Amino acid sequence: MPEVLVLSGKGGTGKTTVAGSLIALVAAKAYADCDVDAPNLKLIVGSFAKEYDETSFGMGKAVIDGALCTKCGKCREVCRFDAIVEGNPYRVDGMACEGCTYCAHVCPVGAVSMRPSVTGTCQLFIRGDERFSTAELALGSGNTGKLVTEVKRHLKERAPKGKGLVILDGSPGIGCPVIASLSGVDFVLMVAEPSVSGISDLKRVVADASQMRVPMAVVINKQDVNIRMSAGIEAFCQAERIPFLGAVPYDATAVEAANCGRTLVSYDCPAATAIRTICKRMIQLLEEMERQ
Amino acid sequence: MARDLTVVVLSGKGGAGKTLVSVNLAVTAGASAYIDCDVEEPNGFLYLTPEAVTKKTVFTTVPVVDAVRCDGCGLCARSCAFHALAVIDRKILVFGDVCHSCGLCTALCPRQALTERDREIGSVYEGKHGRMTCLSGEMNVGESSGMPIVRVLLGQKRSGLVFIDSPPGSGCLVQETLRKADACLLVAEPSLFGAHDLALVHELAKKMGKPCMVVLNKTMEGANPSEQYAKEHGLRIIGRIPYEKRLARLSGDGLLVAENPTYRRIFLDVLEHLLKEACNA
Repeated sequence: MPEVLVLSGKGGTGKTTVAGSLIALVAAKAYADCDVDAPNLKLIVGSFAKEYDETSFGMGKAVIDGALCTKCGKCREVCRFDAIVEGNPYRVDGMACEGCTYCAHVCPVGAVSMRPSVTGTCQLFIRGDERFSTAELALGSGNTGKLVTEVKRHLKERAPKGKGLVILDGSPGIGCPVIASLSGVDFVLMVAEPSVSGISDLKRVVADASQMRVPMAVVINKQDVNIRMSAGIEAFCQAERIPFLGAVPYDATAVEAANCGRTLVSYDCPAATAIRTICKRMIQLLEEMERQ
Repeated sequence: MARDLTVVVLSGKGGAGKTLVSVNLAVTAGASAYIDCDVEEPNGFLYLTPEAVTKKTVFTTVPVVDAVRCDGCGLCARSCAFHALAVIDRKILVFGDVCHSCGLCTALCPRQALTERDREIGSVYEGKHGRMTCLSGEMNVGESSGMPIVRVLLGQKRSGLVFIDSPPGSGCLVQETLRKADACLLVAEPSLFGAHDLALVHELAKKMGKPCMVVLNKTMEGANPSEQYAKEHGLRIIGRIPYEKRLARLSGDGLLVAENPTYRRIFLDVLEHLLKEACNA
């Protein structure tokens, strides 16, 4: 089953709106929200029964035993993450600690130990033969890339075998969660926004996906908000030989759909019509790729 | 500006208007500092187009193995919490892209076979827009963590009014910016997505003991779930920026809307409320 990831670089360009629509249009049996920092796909895919929750653990975090600590300061001296807070006793700033264990190695009295830290909770939902994998990042946790990998693993383990597209909603940016979401996917659909920020961010995420050799295509959302910038995005795609699959007009229905917990394509509106066309073109492109 | 005040602008959801709000507030304030910490996708300088920009490369370190000294004991690989080292045939392999530069392996090596070398991961730019100081960090494409760049951006103590443009989400980079905050300005869109992500960052800021206020962006007729959330949770709404195609187009062109007479008033009001609220906090 080919895996299609929706990315954008810039946030708020319409990844979740597009991903939700694709899920509905191709009647996907397996999909996931890889934006564990701010997961929104669950708000529009309707009601599911929860199959299971699984706590995901990340790097350990250092903990100082106050009864043993002699306040010698060795831990603070070696920590490069500014995670040791001076005091009586010394303590560890759990948000700053990256879990390297250097402090535990240098403590002369063995007052530092490592405790596992919760990254977040993976959630696997089920509806008939559909599976939906998502997660919630624990408040104040890092390790988002690792949680994304877990979300994808749960989907892979529980997805029904067979044909059909797997749709993954990605996160903004180009860092660890995006790299984790890109790993192993067959295709990326980039949702670009016509603004100076939108173009700049698109170029960076395209470079990221190219480095990882993932084939991609671009669509423009809210195309008519800035015709000039939209033309700039199309010109960029042409220059870089990235397939351009179409443009979606600004449509206030998109906000209404999200606020009613529905996918945009469940409405009859100009934006929904445009997304249907884009979806057809994407499937054609995937079939062509498969033939080659 | 008499008082020192660092305001972190964040939203959880991407595209809610963090950069719009932070660059335009900074410009409205005049002699302020603007720091773009969205190092994965930095956009502030596209609007500010600062002058006299200097560039500083940001490095992290990775271990280098002296093959003559190394006897392949593997202590470094066994001790690395990030699996950035491996032993194959008594030879050490270093995976620089997952190394956190903690320095443990180098310190532990019984034969002093490891040293650290610099690895470039991005840059920090600094320039001027009028009386404003503008900083922006940029992570190199292909890198996974921009944390060292954010630490460089926020490393210097700054006086006066400082606006920090935070990345989207609620992960480690956002937390790092929050550590510096005297006050948080949460920018929210009028959608369930916006309200959901507003709640996420509000919870995070509360956990870190930071006072919060809200600017509602892209407001339009009809229900506003973010406004409802703010009211239900006692969050003070200090401004509203209406959704207007003209504003979206001007901003999309890279213009500073606060320098446009039509929109200047909005940012003046927000700034006034922000300073008043921050004084009360």
